[in-house]
Amino acid sequence: MSGEKPLDFTKEITSKLGGETIARCYQCGTCASTCPVTRTTERYNPRQIIRLALLGQRDEVLKGDSIWLCASCYNCQERCPQKVEIADVIYALRNIAIREGNIPAIYTEFANGLMSEGRLAPISKFLEKKRADYGLPPLKPTGVEAIKKILAATGFDKIMFKKEGTPQ
Amino acid sequence: MTSYALFLGCTIPARQPHYELAARKALTRLGIQLVDMEGATCCAPPPLQSIDLETSLAIAAYNICLAEEADLNIVTLCTGCFESLTIANRLLKEKPELREKVNKILANAGKEFRGTKEVRHYLQVLMDDIGIDRLKQSIVKPLNNLKVAAFSGCHLLRPSELLRFDDPERPRIFDTLIEALGAKSIPYKNKLRCCGGLLRGYADDVALAIARDKIVNAYNAGADCISTLCPFCFLTLDLGQMLIKATYKEEYNMPIIHYAELLSLSLGVEPKELALDFHKVKIDRVLEKIG
Ligand code: SF4
Ligand code: SF4
Repeated sequence: MSGEKPLDFTKEITSKLGGETIARCYQCGTCASTCPVTRTTERYNPRQIIRLALLGQRDEVLKGDSIWLCASCYNCQERCPQKVEIADVIYALRNIAIREGNIPAIYTEFANGLMSEGRLAPISKFLEKKRADYGLPPLKPTGVEAIKKILAATGFDKIMFKKEGTPQ
Repeated sequence: MTSYALFLGCTIPARQPHYELAARKALTRLGIQLVDMEGATCCAPPPLQSIDLETSLAIAAYNICLAEEADLNIVTLCTGCFESLTIANRLLKEKPELREKVNKILANAGKEFRGTKEVRHYLQVLMDDIGIDRLKQSIVKPLNNLKVAAFSGCHLLRPSELLRFDDPERPRIFDTLIEALGAKSIPYKNKLRCCGGLLRGYADDVALAIARDKIVNAYNAGADCISTLCPFCFLTLDLGQMLIKATYKEEYNMPIIHYAELLSLSLGVEPKELALDFHKVKIDRVLEKIG
């Protein structure tokens, strides 16, 4: 969507859950200087992501690698002088990217686990047996059927699984 | 007797029975009754929030509904579960429009969020229901000044505006609870900084570099062990040391021990009653020191 006006993308983000506060950013860089990921790799800088987003660089933000590198530690969010909810803004950007089919493989795995078992990580037979050895009570069944109904109601199942049962 | 609905989450039952075992033993000894939840699911942590925040809120709210129906407050062990469920509980209690929206979704699963229950981390149960004095009186095997690098994990403290657990810049609760066991909570560099765990699976190299910092900082401060609350931090730092050895050719042998395990030991639970073989970095040195 090149040629999009900066304000359109800002509006799109601020209308999403988590994205409401992005426009308050005045680019001071406090977030980047407290970010453990920015300290570790040049691939990531939260101030930069926000700047590109506010400039309307939709493709660069949504198709790039950068938004997936936030560790969701909320360090920056505690310290932003403008009360930009940075970690939540990143979630909002990821939510938009995913709806457009930019889905890192690991997220498809998580979604599969949720859809099939109601858990992100499956319980192995080995661990079920171990539980008994340790005297731990057997695990109660998850409410996976209820989860499926919730996922259908929000359209999550369609976001993550284009065809019946097949991940994108 | 105080009763709670025990919310286990995904990672603990799937990979860390040693955490669950220690927590059940310790809390039960201290007179807390834990009720297993029927129909609970994943709490909808950051990986799912990354896919869709609204769906995640609804899933968290669904689980809170189960506790409302059972007329019990929830206790979590995992700080990730604590974060997801607390955020949902607070947002939906405090924002009527959001609650309405989520309740429309939940109606499809036959649920309604009413906002009648609390979500607590087990450290809050220790502090508030049991209390530091009673906890200290229950200690039969003090930890002999063991030098512990406390690492609560990000999601016990932040976002502080919604979690309201402790002062996010100068937290004291976890340290106080460590010292109540007769151990020392030692200062170390960047104590409150993230372990990088959530980047595992997407950017393993970055995650490992951040985890290595944490280990090195605790090591340089002379810690006997790092104590954790979050199963994800545990995995990142314990299994992480195997990966650090392979990648950086460095060996720190820094035991990573869930606080619930330290608590159990100090309450007189025998090491052989705990599932200590689930530790990749062996903790014998710590057991020797506490005698
Ligand atoms: S700290 Fe806040 S205001 Fe400063 S650059 Fe980051 S988001 Fe913008
Ligand atoms: S929440 Fe994300 S952007 Fe903010 S400090 Fe943590 S890793 Fe960096």
